[in-house]
Amino acid sequence: MTRKPAPAARIVGWLSSGILQAVLLLVGVLWLIPTLGLFVSSLRTPVDISDSGWWTVFTHPSQITLSDYINLFHDQGMMQSLVNTVLITVPATLGVVVLASLAAYAFAWIDFPGRDWLFVAVIGLLVVPVQVALIPVAKMYKYTHLFGSITGVVLFHIGFGLPFAIFLLRNFFAGIPRELLEAARMEGGSEWVIFRKVIVPLGMPAIASLTIFQFLWVWNDMLVALVFSDTNTQPLTVELQGQMRQFGSNIDILAPGAFLSLVIPLIVFFSFQRYFVQGLMAGSMKG
Amino acid sequence: MTDPLDTPAAAAAGAGESADPPAPGRLPPADRPTGRRRRSALHIPVRVRFGFLAPSVLVLLAIIGWPILFSVWLSLHNADGSSWVGLHNYVSIFTDPATLTALKNNLIWLATAPTLACALGLIFAVLSERIRWATAFKVVIFMPMAISFLAAGVIFELVYQADPSIGVANAVMVEIHDTFAPSSKYPAAEPRSTLDYSQSKAGYTSPTEYTPGSVATVPLTGYSVLDLPKSAVQAAPAAAVPGEITGTVWLDLVYGGGGTPGHIDPGKKGTPGITVEALSGTKVAARATAGSDGTFALHGLSPGTRYRLALPASDFAQPYAGVSWLGPDLVTPAIIVAYLWIWAGFAMVLIAAGLSGIPRELQEAAKVDGASDFQIFRKITVPLLAPVLLVVLVTLAINVLKIFDLVYIISPGSTLSVANVLAVQMWSVSFGGAQNQGLGSAIGVFLYLLVLPAMYVNIRRIRRERRES
Repeated sequence: MTRKPAPAARIVGWLSSGILQAVLLLVGVLWLIPTLGLFVSSLRTPVDISDSGWWTVFTHPSQITLSDYINLFHDQGMMQSLVNTVLITVPATLGVVVLASLAAYAFAWIDFPGRDWLFVAVIGLLVVPVQVALIPVAKMYKYTHLFGSITGVVLFHIGFGLPFAIFLLRNFFAGIPRELLEAARMEGGSEWVIFRKVIVPLGMPAIASLTIFQFLWVWNDMLVALVFSDTNTQPLTVELQGQMRQFGSNIDILAPGAFLSLVIPLIVFFSFQRYFVQGLMAGSMKG
Repeated sequence: MTDPLDTPAAAAAGAGESADPPAPGRLPPADRPTGRRRRSALHIPVRVRFGFLAPSVLVLLAIIGWPILFSVWLSLHNADGSSWVGLHNYVSIFTDPATLTALKNNLIWLATAPTLACALGLIFAVLSERIRWATAFKVVIFMPMAISFLAAGVIFELVYQADPSIGVANAVMVEIHDTFAPSSKYPAAEPRSTLDYSQSKAGYTSPTEYTPGSVATVPLTGYSVLDLPKSAVQAAPAAAVPGEITGTVWLDLVYGGGGTPGHIDPGKKGTPGITVEALSGTKVAARATAGSDGTFALHGLSPGTRYRLALPASDFAQPYAGVSWLGPDLVTPAIIVAYLWIWAGFAMVLIAAGLSGIPRELQEAAKVDGASDFQIFRKITVPLLAPVLLVVLVTLAINVLKIFDLVYIISPGSTLSVANVLAVQMWSVSFGGAQNQGLGSAIGVFLYLLVLPAMYVNIRRIRRERRES
């Protein structure tokens, strides 16, 4: 039964759809403005920034300059912290992905006594706030001379990344058809071969989601690095945070620095959006 | 997104039952008769089983498991861990003024941020279903999730800059304010003091009384020709008009010197924009605005009545400077707005996924029965989404309890104590100078206790799901 709406109703429909689109467009613009402000500010000289709003650039495009970025790239401390961010993020991401894949396979497909209880314990660790571990781990790092080292920061990130990673991967791995694993076992494949040849290739979507998440978390972290790194090993976030207290006078380094620190996550986000959203909803995959 | 466990963990742990979005590339869940699998698993040597699990278990024990116990031990000791103080540190959380402020702010956050983010997410998810560019819209809203709190902090610090010519929030405030209540261009202007205008909060009132048909002169001082708009021209004496009070408002100074005070000399310019009122007693009988040569004409007066001239306070209003966003009064709401900017997208994506799982038939049926869109939303969509909404709320609640970066970065040093939250206070007392590891540990353990109910909910949910499967 299809009824054609009356002309009046159709006009109301168009109107309300137009209003709806306008409202959502406004919301979208509102959401973009803050980031746009940072980006435009990073393209202006400090004098311009303290003189007038970034929006004046649209009427005076001659203000645009790359000088802030050139200064940033000549800033020894900033560049070192950018390198540190990479040195922390890459191993912390790889570490979590590798360790969690192994553990998730064991939780999903290898039987051992107390397995379910151990898995519940891992889930229990999901919500543990980092604050509860900062002081003890700092003490331990001082004792083992890991304090201030990149290894220490990486290790902490791996530890706090594992519960979610294991949870996510185990649920996905458990969904891999049993026949595939049994066939491989029948053919005499060792657990290691099964893991490499069956689990990892089939589990790729979940592994990809996890990689992106872990990468973003570690790249964007400030608190962990604030506690465990020192001036030589601190990442971009901590270095920039140090400049925040004199916001006005450091804006020429803060704006391009902050933009630099957010552009890489944004590239990752836009390139792997599908995995990002999938990972977010991974819980829907029942184990 | 400092804390690796913040969002997706809890979301994933909970999104289960209801969200159930179709995950592309997802494999069908195995129906697992455990008996058979156990048999096939029997051949695995203990060494191998151990090899898969051991690295993770060791790291978890070293970084999370053991530190929790150690934190509890430390929280029962004094600042450097040398002597037992019992529950003293936990008592301090509720008695120490700084920690108490932090606790109070955490409660404010908890009461507002998750609900607001959830509400925004719900509205965005439901509304964007009806537009064609929904994907683009969602990407824009969700994008802040990818960037760090530090970058978000810099972004919003810039938005909230107090100077309206730098901070976009205040620029908008000033623009809106000036549209409804324009500020004066000559806040420091005043009638020449020799004229004895009486000054009150309402403005200036002339000592002289005028009758319709007379010509008034209002010489002003206290500002310079540079304050005048480009439209201002040489002041001109007004012509007398029967039934009206006419006159001139001018800048009673000649640029470069000269001229007679109170006299319209060549080189003296009119002051356009000044409002002049005719007062009968205290009642405003007429109102006029000075033109570019300073002349004004007050119409509609009754002949024979005597009026005083008044320059209302709005003529001398100080320019509106906007709002002190990061001042003590607004700093927490301002940071919550930044939080919403980031997390509304998270709520939106999860809710949109839940929305796509709702059977359309119900909504269609309700529509056929004549239900309005809003009724469908309230009576069908929201109740069906309740489980997802709960998951989002719980996730955000955990997240908000642990909030650190945004507060630490956005609130300037001077208001950090006002905007303080527990996670920031924990950092300050244990690493930021005080080095009180007893109190720091107590706050850490307290935060853990606060999020424990959520963990309990998660585990129960997951166990129930596993029993069902």
